Amino acid sequence: MNAPTLWIIFPLFLGILLLFITNQRVLSVLGGFIAVALALIAQFVPIELAMKLGPLSLKIDSSLTVLGRVLLIQPTEGHLLALIYGAAALWFFGAEASKVAPKIVPIGFMVIALLVASIAVEPFLYAALFIETAILLAIPMLTSIRKPPGRGVLRFLIYQTLAMPFILLAGWLLAGVEASPGDLALAAQSAAMLGLGFAFLLAIFPLYSWIPLLLEETSPYLVGFLLWILPTMTLIFGAGFLDRYSWLRSSSQLIVGLRTIGLLMVVTGGAFAAFQRHLGRVMAYGSIAETGFSLLALSLDFKIGIPILFLLIPARALGLAVWSLSLTILGEHVETMRFDAARGILRLTPLAGAGMVVATLSTGAFPLLAGFPARLALWEGLSRISIGSALWMMIGIIGLLVSAFRSLAVISVAEEYTSWEPRESPTQMLMLGLGMIGLFLLGLFPQSVQFMLANLPLMFERLGR
Amino acid sequence: MAVTFAWIAVGAVLITSIGLLLTRDWRWSISLLALQYLAMFVLVLQHWPLGMASVKVVAGWMSAVILGMTRSGLSPTESAEEDSLPRGRPFRLFAAGIVALIVIVVTPGVDTIMADAGFAVTAASLLLIGMGLLHLGITAQVLRVTLGLMTVLAGFEILYSAVEGSVLVAALLAVINLGLALVGSYLLIASNSEETESI
Repeated sequence: MNAPTLWIIFPLFLGILLLFITNQRVLSVLGGFIAVALALIAQFVPIELAMKLGPLSLKIDSSLTVLGRVLLIQPTEGHLLALIYGAAALWFFGAEASKVAPKIVPIGFMVIALLVASIAVEPFLYAALFIETAILLAIPMLTSIRKPPGRGVLRFLIYQTLAMPFILLAGWLLAGVEASPGDLALAAQSAAMLGLGFAFLLAIFPLYSWIPLLLEETSPYLVGFLLWILPTMTLIFGAGFLDRYSWLRSSSQLIVGLRTIGLLMVVTGGAFAAFQRHLGRVMAYGSIAETGFSLLALSLDFKIGIPILFLLIPARALGLAVWSLSLTILGEHVETMRFDAARGILRLTPLAGAGMVVATLSTGAFPLLAGFPARLALWEGLSRISIGSALWMMIGIIGLLVSAFRSLAVISVAEEYTSWEPRESPTQMLMLGLGMIGLFLLGLFPQSVQFMLANLPLMFERLGR
Repeated sequence: MAVTFAWIAVGAVLITSIGLLLTRDWRWSISLLALQYLAMFVLVLQHWPLGMASVKVVAGWMSAVILGMTRSGLSPTESAEEDSLPRGRPFRLFAAGIVALIVIVVTPGVDTIMADAGFAVTAASLLLIGMGLLHLGITAQVLRVTLGLMTVLAGFEILYSAVEGSVLVAALLAVINLGLALVGSYLLIASNSEETESI
């Protein structure tokens, strides 16, 4: 047994097999438990270390050779796999409540497997090819054969596909920079290529127009899943570049660039969220701001920034899961998610309305919620470098909080004497309740996930040590 | 001799990429795409052995067949955007001319950066990337978007073949080309359907 087979090949084939199951509950429970099993194995079974189980000796090898290249999962990457598959389990368990299990579970497994392959492939530059394959797989998940695709899907396909050539070419140029470090022109060209590639992949301002469009056209739960997994894995892939190339890591221009772009994402995400009149678009801009926070974390001193980057991951996963599940349930009871159509919906879907507001507040760093500890640490780190940057981050956060209170006002304002008639199913209530408790627990006890996060920086050789 | 063939392929790429921009009949579009992949094969042969270069043309032709077969099964639809200014044929031809001019200007510089891939290879590659991007910029039709993306990727693959000869990369790029054609077909079928499912 080897690690790539267990966490890449197996989920890939499992996803194909699960395509033949159409029962929502079976898919949701089966997918969730398998993801939990994969997470537990990743967390507790060490890679490249023989374990004695009675008369049996069990060892998971770290590598698998495919077409002359190696898929390599380092022993230090086990915690990351546990985090990814653990969060995937969360999404899969919630799939029944959102009624999209036949799409999200099979394709979700395949997408995650390909994105794990992108982290595992050696040379790591080939990751862009796996990411692109995952993007192509995500298209059938986002669309239906019975409904014309919207502009958001097409833009998503175009922008994400354009990222691949830039990153592959940047990788080749970076190898040249390593060979001749004094060639400043080559370094600038490779950095520009890399920047463009990641700008497309991470949907950096102004290339994020597909996110709000997608959230208007498609099930928020499916889009939320992609808005969690794609930026998370892309950021880890991007951090890998910083880890490998010392000239990139030590470049002051890159750090300033990351900080500027991060602030641009946070400020535009927060400001645009505050002025939206569509609940889905508010979530879109919230997720854009989330990516901005991650970029800001990368712009700090790596010893502080990398742990913050990893601390942002569970909060993002849980926050987006609750937010998108809430929106999906709200969407079942309104014609559109525009403010005028969603007025007073809290009386029909109280838990979904509460879930949406709590998740928005968590993204906006509201105290005692999951997003708060990481953002507080980030804000503190940023203020030590630049008070101006910290103030700009505050503007973005204020925008997100305003959007949360606006959304709350819209869904709670109803005609006088309108009675409360909750229409959420027991499964939906259970999942939303657990999700909100999770958001509070992560906010109150951020150290509860430290057993997973503490060793994550070890996956990098130089960053965060 | 190989260089002569390469320049003939550049000419073919110029004709096919401009043809893809101008033509409104999907049959012509698919035929031009197939021809484009043949030209791409000739250009990739400059750096790759015959066996590996064949992967490009086989995957490309399969992609063209997938798109062609899907489109042939759908009802003929004409989009109003195709006739409206400034997206008419004269505009497209003018924009293609500008792209061609830019390619002529930047080819020597890019050729130097790309480890002297060869003028023909670099020019054809940049031409395809430029025309593909232009195509993506002026259309929202699923078939045309797919053709635009495939054109951009074809251009990139020609250039990348000069610097990377990995079997895994060749295989993954072939998978991506086929995947793009399948996704394009899926979206084509979806775009031709009546709205029967609510969000």
